[in-house]
Amino acid sequence: MGGSLVTLPAGARDKIRLAVTVNGEARDLLADPYKTLLEVLREDLGLTGTKHGCELGECGACAVLLDGELQLSCLVPAVECEGRQVTTVEGLKIGPELSPLQEAFADHGGSQCGYCTSGMLMAATWLLGRKPDPTRQEIQEALAGQLCRCTGYQQIYEAVESGARVLRGEKPLPPTLSTVVEGGGHG
Amino acid sequence: MMRLPRFRYHAPRLLSEAAALLADLGPEAMPLAGGTDLLPNMKRRQQTPAHVVGLRGVEALSARSGDPARGLTLGAMTRLASLEQDGQVLAAWPALARAAGLVASPPLRNMATLGGNLCLDTRCTYYDQSEPWRASIGYCMKREGEVCWVAPGSERCWAVSSSDTAPVLCALGAEVTLTSKAGDRRIPAQALFADDGMQYLTRRPGEILSAIHLPPPRPGEKATYLKLRRRGSIDFPVLGVAARVKLGAGGAVEEAHLVLGAVGSRPQAAEEASKFLVGKRLGDAEVVAEASRLASQVAKPMQNTDFGLAWRKQAAREWVARALRELAG
Ligand SMILES: Cc1cc2nc3c(=O)[nH]c(=O)nc-3n(C[C@H](O)[C@H](O)[C@H](O)COP(=O)(O)OP(=O)(O)OC[C@H]3O[C@@H](n4cnc5c(N)ncnc54)[C@H](O)[C@@H]3O)c2cc1C
Ligand code: SF4
Ligand code: FES
Ligand code: FES
Repeated sequence: MGGSLVTLPAGARDKIRLAVTVNGEARDLLADPYKTLLEVLREDLGLTGTKHGCELGECGACAVLLDGELQLSCLVPAVECEGRQVTTVEGLKIGPELSPLQEAFADHGGSQCGYCTSGMLMAATWLLGRKPDPTRQEIQEALAGQLCRCTGYQQIYEAVESGARVLRGEKPLPPTLSTVVEGGGHG
Repeated sequence: MMRLPRFRYHAPRLLSEAAALLADLGPEAMPLAGGTDLLPNMKRRQQTPAHVVGLRGVEALSARSGDPARGLTLGAMTRLASLEQDGQVLAAWPALARAAGLVASPPLRNMATLGGNLCLDTRCTYYDQSEPWRASIGYCMKREGEVCWVAPGSERCWAVSSSDTAPVLCALGAEVTLTSKAGDRRIPAQALFADDGMQYLTRRPGEILSAIHLPPPRPGEKATYLKLRRRGSIDFPVLGVAARVKLGAGGAVEEAHLVLGAVGSRPQAAEEASKFLVGKRLGDAEVVAEASRLASQVAKPMQNTDFGLAWRKQAAREWVARALRELAG
């Protein structure tokens, strides 16, 4: 077989050596070969902002940007992350400050228990990176893989709209808490 | 917490290396594409390959050649997210772009591949469950057990083909290339599938699905795909209707290809309905009603997906009619 073939160690206790860039920082670590990116982030790197939900691709709580693309870290084997760039929710803040999107989530009640929030923020960040001025429907579609059991989604959509405005240099939207009772619409 | 079982990971760079690995490692090895089907199945211990052959480093599997005039060849590792936005695919094969865009959710489509979508494991309420859940019912025939809980007297497994792109590729008359150590084999997409919930592919061990070939659309040809599911945001299909027709200059149907997804262990070609449509007009409500009745006869829903049986059967008829009306208009 060709010399370019990489076959990782098989022994039950063997760890794999992994070089990944996480939130702009080069990390070099030893990890168990069966781990997912989610498990490496949380257990080996202590980055617990990325949430551990369904583990099966159904909830979106574990979403990160992998090489700039929205992906579910619970379904990415760590061995496939060698040499790649990962952005987690910890990487969104600007210096010590929350990003405009994070701030909008706080101001608009876009986060209640908070379990879905990291994934929502990553999905919204990915959307706004490609489309700085999305319609409500585009926001709904971009967040379709992210489950929230608390907010009813309206405040989240509003937060994304408001954060997008700030990122475009416009004024934020005033929070309209009346939408709290309306809910639904994430079919 | 559900961890992946231990496996040995292989990262070939060349298609020939990947094929050689599969040949050498035998049935204990499985290819890994986007992982959005295989990894959940591994976590639930439905599939536990000792060796995983990662295809993401095999550049040849992302290759693309041709164009709408000559036909397009897509590598099996083409991501569904790129397919749904592909200008050429949207223009010449919009039904495929639509089906790709209806799979799962945005992050999953960023990861999922076309090849993986075709090779997707068949699904069943008694199978897509955690290991302890399946242990509590004594497993089933598809993995570790003896009986089929859906049809206890049955000799076979009725797990459901749940791919969105498979029925479309069958209806479009697409072909696929399978590559092994022995060389390439090119077959119609429909011939990739077998009517068995366990042996649901005719792919031989050691073969990699390497490419998908889309035939150029001919004048007068149109196709569509409709999907029925509970949540429009993420769910698998409980019914997919793929239809392609070629209309003659006078508006009569010259050729029809109807294929239903998620109603059997493989995409089900509705041959009788397709034959019936030849020479008829899609604008004729009676023609549409009869074609839908005939097509729904190939839908053999079992009590192993979402929604009730009788309703799903009824829905098949209605959704075929909707697809035909869309093609008429
Ligand atoms: C929450 C959720 C919702 C989903 N909803 C849908 C849906 O609505 N519609 C739908 O169709 N699917 C759905 N899926 C399933 C899955 O995401 C898609 O089918 C996807 O396209 C699978 O592709 P993949 O590249 O991730 O495959 P993988 O998981 O990598 O592989 C799938 C199977 O194909 C084999 N395989 C992969 N590539 C090749 C190849 N080139 N040659 C030979 N064998 C190969 C693997 O060994 C494995 O058995 C859903 C999944 C989840 C988790
Ligand atoms: S159809 Fe029967 S054998 Fe097949 S997965 Fe379901 S219960 Fe198991
Ligand atoms: S934890 Fe990854 S999608 Fe739910
Ligand atoms: S804020 Fe609780 S799940 Fe979304």
